[in-house]
Amino acid sequence: MDHALDTTMILNGAPVSRRIPARQHLIDFLRDEMGLTGSHLGCEHGVCGTCTVRVDGQIVRGCLTLAVQANGKRVDTIEGMSDSGELAVLQQAFHARNALQCGFCTPGMLMAAQDLIGQKRKLSREEIRAHLSGNYCRCTGYQSIVDAIEEVLQTDVPHGQG
Amino acid sequence: MKAPSFAYAKPGTLPQVFDLLERHGDGAKILAGGQSLLASLNLRLSSPELLIDITGLPGLNGIRIADGKVRIGALTTHRQIEQSSEIAEHLPLLAQAVRHVAHVAIRNVGTIGGSFALADPAAEYPACAVALDATVVLAGSKGERRVKARDFFRSLYETALVPGEIVTAVEFDAIRPNFRSVFLELARRQGDYAIVGLAAHAKADGSRFSDVRLAFLGAGATPVLAGNAMASLEGKPCSADVVAAAKEALAEDLDPPKDLTTSSAAKLHLARVLTGRALAALSQ
Ligand SMILES: Cc1cc2nc3c(=O)[nH]c(=O)nc-3n(C[C@H](O)[C@H](O)[C@H](O)COP(=O)(O)OP(=O)(O)OC[C@H]3O[C@@H](n4cnc5c(N)ncnc54)[C@H](O)[C@@H]3O)c2cc1C
Ligand code: FES
Ligand code: FES
Repeated sequence: MDHALDTTMILNGAPVSRRIPARQHLIDFLRDEMGLTGSHLGCEHGVCGTCTVRVDGQIVRGCLTLAVQANGKRVDTIEGMSDSGELAVLQQAFHARNALQCGFCTPGMLMAAQDLIGQKRKLSREEIRAHLSGNYCRCTGYQSIVDAIEEVLQTDVPHGQG
Repeated sequence: MKAPSFAYAKPGTLPQVFDLLERHGDGAKILAGGQSLLASLNLRLSSPELLIDITGLPGLNGIRIADGKVRIGALTTHRQIEQSSEIAEHLPLLAQAVRHVAHVAIRNVGTIGGSFALADPAAEYPACAVALDATVVLAGSKGERRVKARDFFRSLYETALVPGEIVTAVEFDAIRPNFRSVFLELARRQGDYAIVGLAAHAKADGSRFSDVRLAFLGAGATPVLAGNAMASLEGKPCSADVVAAAKEALAEDLDPPKDLTTSSAAKLHLARVLTGRALAALSQ
């Protein structure tokens, strides 16, 4: 049986092929093999959310995804989504609102937050909080993070909708 | 921590899965969403030789409504259930419950089959399945078997699955007219496993309770059907006295295990609080 598998994924828009040990999770692959250290590892068992990345357009826990499971899939990380400008508005709002201090949670927070942007619906603070419930921040107390996301959502949603 | 070393296979057919299970026995583990299994491997709680990824199998994903039944394939994700208008219409108990299952990034991947196979006593679906008398569909090399949810959950993390079998679907009766469902839970953080929770279902016309089903999660080694409380409500008026008697009767139904933060007595108290809220909602 195979302990390592040939794996091809579209990583931040470009195809990447590697032989990957089955036991390696996606974050170790991204950080150690690809040098993409923007995705962080906190708890490594699904609780903190700092490892949040996008696979085939959906946010997932990178620490609970085997890198070989990404075979044939699109993987987007904080690096790719920053470079493409997709996150620019959110990043600016986080900056303006002091929504980060140490920054450890920030890549995962932005990933989870971006998932909300573009929903053509006004969201309450409670709904924003529920969506972020899987992402721990040990610094900010969350208020400023919710403020930043709320601001972006308000500018995003045309008045009269919601 | 890092997971121990294991091999990985992603078969494309059920017979291939059964063959691998047979050849590797205890050393093989089914991998569905991985949202519980990979966490436990990272914690080195077990060290399987082989993970058999079943997410490539055709036919195990999706929601089908036919003849008053709702059939949910084992690979259907929590997120699909959450976003399904069919589930909202025909299985409102599950639609309410799924919002409490973990967080979006986990719901995107975790599956209903994995949740049943894992049988966490604080998980939401198992209690819903017991409340609604659902049927779990299992398959192995010898064919298919159907087991009632109340018989499927046998003990702490123990199910009726035998070696070589997998869960392929769960079947519920669609909600009938005049019935209502209410799912409530208390957790320390939105999406965490419940401290205690309640899946409630009944026929209620605003004046009397009938066909009441109360299944608790986080209150025992498996979902617990509160038989005494249910019996105390049957055919009775929706009054404060009747609700108080049902709450009282819970002492005979539940002996919740304490956990790190909540004593058994506190859990029983919380179960009563939820019962009051659920009965109020059911009798509106
Ligand atoms: C932080 C966190 C919070 C969570 N909170 C909740 C919560 O509040 N409520 C809740 O219910 N769950 C919760 N979960 C668990 C989550 O719902 C899982 O998705 C689910 O329990 C297992 O589904 P899975 O598809 O991920 O299964 P996996 O992790 O792949 O498998 C779990 C187990 O089931 C077996 N298995 C999987 N599928 C099958 C099958 N079809 N047939 C036979 N065996 C199978 C596997 O071998 C393994 O032993 C949480 C998880 C995390 C990480
Ligand atoms: S590192 Fe993945 S959830 Fe904490
Ligand atoms: S900014 Fe430090 S953990 Fe969130």
